[in-house]
Amino acid sequence: MIALIDYRAGNLTSVRKGFAAAGAQVFTPAAASELRDCAGIVVPGVGHFGATGYLDDGWRREIKDAIGRGTPVLGICLGLQWLFDGSEEAPLPGYGALSGWCTRLPSSVKVPHVGWNTLEATRPSRLLEGVADGTQMYFTHSFAAPVTADCVAATTHGARFAAAVERGTIWGVQFHPEKSAAAGIRILTNFTRACADGRK
Amino acid sequence: MLSKRIIACLDVRDGSVVKGINFEGLRRAGDPAALAERYNAEGIDELVILDVTATIEGRRALEATIREVSSRLFIPLAVGGGIRSEADAAAAIDAGADKVSLNSAALADPSLVTTLATRYGSQAVVVAIDAKQNGERFDVYARSGKVAADRDAVEWAVEAESRGAGEILLTSIDRDGTRAGFDCPLTAAVSSAVSIPVIASGGAGTFEHFYDVFTGGRADAALAASIFHYSEHAVSDLKAFLARSGVPVRQQ
Repeated sequence: MIALIDYRAGNLTSVRKGFAAAGAQVFTPAAASELRDCAGIVVPGVGHFGATGYLDDGWRREIKDAIGRGTPVLGICLGLQWLFDGSEEAPLPGYGALSGWCTRLPSSVKVPHVGWNTLEATRPSRLLEGVADGTQMYFTHSFAAPVTADCVAATTHGARFAAAVERGTIWGVQFHPEKSAAAGIRILTNFTRACADGRK
Repeated sequence: MLSKRIIACLDVRDGSVVKGINFEGLRRAGDPAALAERYNAEGIDELVILDVTATIEGRRALEATIREVSSRLFIPLAVGGGIRSEADAAAAIDAGADKVSLNSAALADPSLVTTLATRYGSQAVVVAIDAKQNGERFDVYARSGKVAADRDAVEWAVEAESRGAGEILLTSIDRDGTRAGFDCPLTAAVSSAVSIPVIASGGAGTFEHFYDVFTGGRADAALAASIFHYSEHAVSDLKAFLARSGVPVRQQ
């Protein structure tokens, strides 16, 4: 089973439905200790970076142990931003698995960035397997992560930012795969497969 | 590049789409889920289900419709009409809506916008504004355009943004149902005053109308109902037309 962490940042109904379409079984852990035998971890979330404060030392420790066991992790939207060092949106540390700070999109364009925008693949990845370069995904966010060596696809809205990241079994997407039609469900399927592979 | 969004609106009463539809081959004429799937296959970017029911039975049917549509389609789904309270919004979101659209309720109690934005995030809160031109200004109307709200549309849009709205759904009462084109001056006035996306609505009759509202009207998205209901392939043909005209659109 894949653990979908509910840290009260937005509604998870759509994410659950997306994973159901990808053929995954998902549960919502009531406590960090329930991450000990999951096949994968999803950190979703929309809204303010301050909400990630719910993911305290207890959760961080269990996530770190799970990553150490090779358990795949997928951050979605705010969840991707949390994988980095932090965000200028709130004075809280991110999880810090990926280096870099999230910043606000430039005021030269409409913010929040809402709608379908193009993926520019920067290197091959498992996350984007079967998803053509140039595919459009659905975004809704005001802050974004930098393009670093962990970036596998970038997107441009006023500035170029990380749309998808992959570092070993740590994956993240700034867009909403659960709202990005068939290409989005393919990404959830790719993650579900990676989780199944990890259990073998 | 960020695409201009094409949004289809389904007016639903007691679980059925009430505006005319003449698609062939639908499982049941007026079935919102079947129509939604058709639009999805044609490449629609987003759906709005507008509840035009007033009864409790109708609300339950609406929730069943939201559940059915959202478990089959993986594109953004907004629900509007009859969202009067936090509880109404919660019921729609729990059923699978990604966004709720507030109109009269937000005018009556603007703090509801903030309450919902705090609970679900601004991306889940759309403020719908129905406006009518009155001399140089655009006046806001509540209760499906029946009651003057004594507010200026541009000022209300700016206030809605400051209270936490993530998008503005702007309907021209003058153009609604006329097929005479979107109200570009109204849309441009609101879109220039806010930093959040503006969805233009009311008056779509031809593909050129969409081009006009995306360029001169500065709309981020455009919503229509009957233009899509009455002809097959309208969504994909519209997108091909816009792409040829240099408007960025999502193509599958």
